[in-house]
Amino acid sequence: MNLSVEELQKKFSSVIKEVKRTDYLTLICEREGFVEFMEYLKDNKGFKYLIDLCGVDYLNYPYKDWDERFEVVYHLYNFEAKELIRVKVRVPEDDCWHYSVTPLWKTANWFERECYDMFGIEFKGHPDLRRMLMPYDWKGYPLRKDYPLELDEESEWEVYKELKKRTKGK
Amino acid sequence: MGLAIEINKKQIDEDSWSEHFFINMGPQHPSTHGVLRIFLELDGETIINCDPIIGYLHRGVEKLAENLNYNQGIVLSDRLDYISSAANNVAFALAVERLMGLKVPRRARLLRTIVSEMARICNHLLWLATHALDIGAMTVFLYCFRDREWLLNIFERICGARLTHSYVRVGGVRLDFTSEIVDELYKFTEEFPSRILDYETLIDVNRIWLKRTKGIAVVPLEEAINLGLTGPCLRGSGIAYDVRKYRPYDAYDEVEFVVPTGKTGDTYDRYRVRMEELRQSNSIIRQCLDKLPETEGEPVIAEGAPELCMPEKMKEPVPKPHPKLGAIFKGEPKKWVPVGESFASIESPKGELSVYLVSDGSSKPWRWRIRTPSFVHVSAIPHMSKGHMIADLVAIIGTLDIVLGDSDR
Repeated sequence: MNLSVEELQKKFSSVIKEVKRTDYLTLICEREGFVEFMEYLKDNKGFKYLIDLCGVDYLNYPYKDWDERFEVVYHLYNFEAKELIRVKVRVPEDDCWHYSVTPLWKTANWFERECYDMFGIEFKGHPDLRRMLMPYDWKGYPLRKDYPLELDEESEWEVYKELKKRTKGK
Repeated sequence: MGLAIEINKKQIDEDSWSEHFFINMGPQHPSTHGVLRIFLELDGETIINCDPIIGYLHRGVEKLAENLNYNQGIVLSDRLDYISSAANNVAFALAVERLMGLKVPRRARLLRTIVSEMARICNHLLWLATHALDIGAMTVFLYCFRDREWLLNIFERICGARLTHSYVRVGGVRLDFTSEIVDELYKFTEEFPSRILDYETLIDVNRIWLKRTKGIAVVPLEEAINLGLTGPCLRGSGIAYDVRKYRPYDAYDEVEFVVPTGKTGDTYDRYRVRMEELRQSNSIIRQCLDKLPETEGEPVIAEGAPELCMPEKMKEPVPKPHPKLGAIFKGEPKKWVPVGESFASIESPKGELSVYLVSDGSSKPWRWRIRTPSFVHVSAIPHMSKGHMIADLVAIIGTLDIVLGDSDR
């Protein structure tokens, strides 16, 4: 393994909160100083490829031992050392934002937009944060655990309601 | 209409027209391979800016999967990339297997490898057919579809379905191959290399093809990595990154194959990479078929693989069933899978397909995240198309090999 966790922990002692070794090395980080940490990983440690960025909602998760509701999960890959790591940041519900890594990886642009679309996590520093998969006037964030699988009739999408009304009249 | 008349008047009045204009390409455009809408800012015919708008095929697969059990999730994964659905199945099954720590029998791994490579050939053939058709070579389309049909027929013999297979199960595969299927596949692998030559003679010396692919949408290596391109699109830029080699899964560590790479990273290089991959896939299928007799009689599904029926409120009998009184169903809900997370990625024909799974022990995944190659590739269109003509945009969409069902999920 090329990456020395101790060295990282020493250098970014205020950023790295917890280190776990499950299927892959998992670093749980603080929000502050996160972008600098990622920049260091990318430029100095060779983690040039951002495989994936996604959000997870841990509302009422039975095995949770932390307070924050959301998690943003990054999977990074190093081509030379063939090494994969997972970086996580926990985001509380009432303070729902995180720093954007789009300046580092262009591929993060759409991932972050999707994360915003599905979970409502705002990414500060993102050039163009708007809805992506859902219509632009959609209300609510579908992948949150408290969002129902099927909407009741009143809370349906406005456009759809109008369409139904128009077709009923004919 | 009013705007059009106004613009027309302006154009007549002025000698030179300097304003940029905006145009929608799609969502119902034949060369966008689905429902992709691209909002273009044009200067004459040159693309200044473009903004791909997706979501027309959004079915909420990730949300649906959270409300279905693990084996039902496989059926959903078929519908993502419907051209090579076997590969999607494998990705999802791998993630669950890693979570549960299942040991897949060797025969099942070989069968999966064969099926994935068949899906790769199917996908590349369809890609070549439509890409060539978009660019203006008509005949290739018919040749490719002829051979794809052959493979689809084999798929039909294997599992009964032609496009949405659901052949892979968590822990193995659904059915074993019969000897007829093996014979047919041998026949196919014998014949197929000569067919690849056919396609190449059709377009490799075609001057229109060369002019429309060489030097179009050049992506340097650093840029390609930064954009997150994977699969043939990344390898065309000159790095031999292939998940099958870097993080082997299934039986890929047993077979020998070469990862082809390009040099300049233009559309032509990506075409060459894919053609070479067809040959490699063919040889992988051949090698796996040769190994199949060694594993004759092995089960095709792992021990301890989850049942198809996974009730939500099943309870472990506590204490253990009494021989006379029967089982007493009390106590904690049964844990179907361990609590935790897992990550699996495969080399799907289009690029890297990765699945991130979080479980809470119940029969349903807590979170099922799919990173699809098409989603990332669509996001690269603005960077690749800047400064090109509209007609080249068709070539760019073709060379990225996107499927909108895959990108919208």
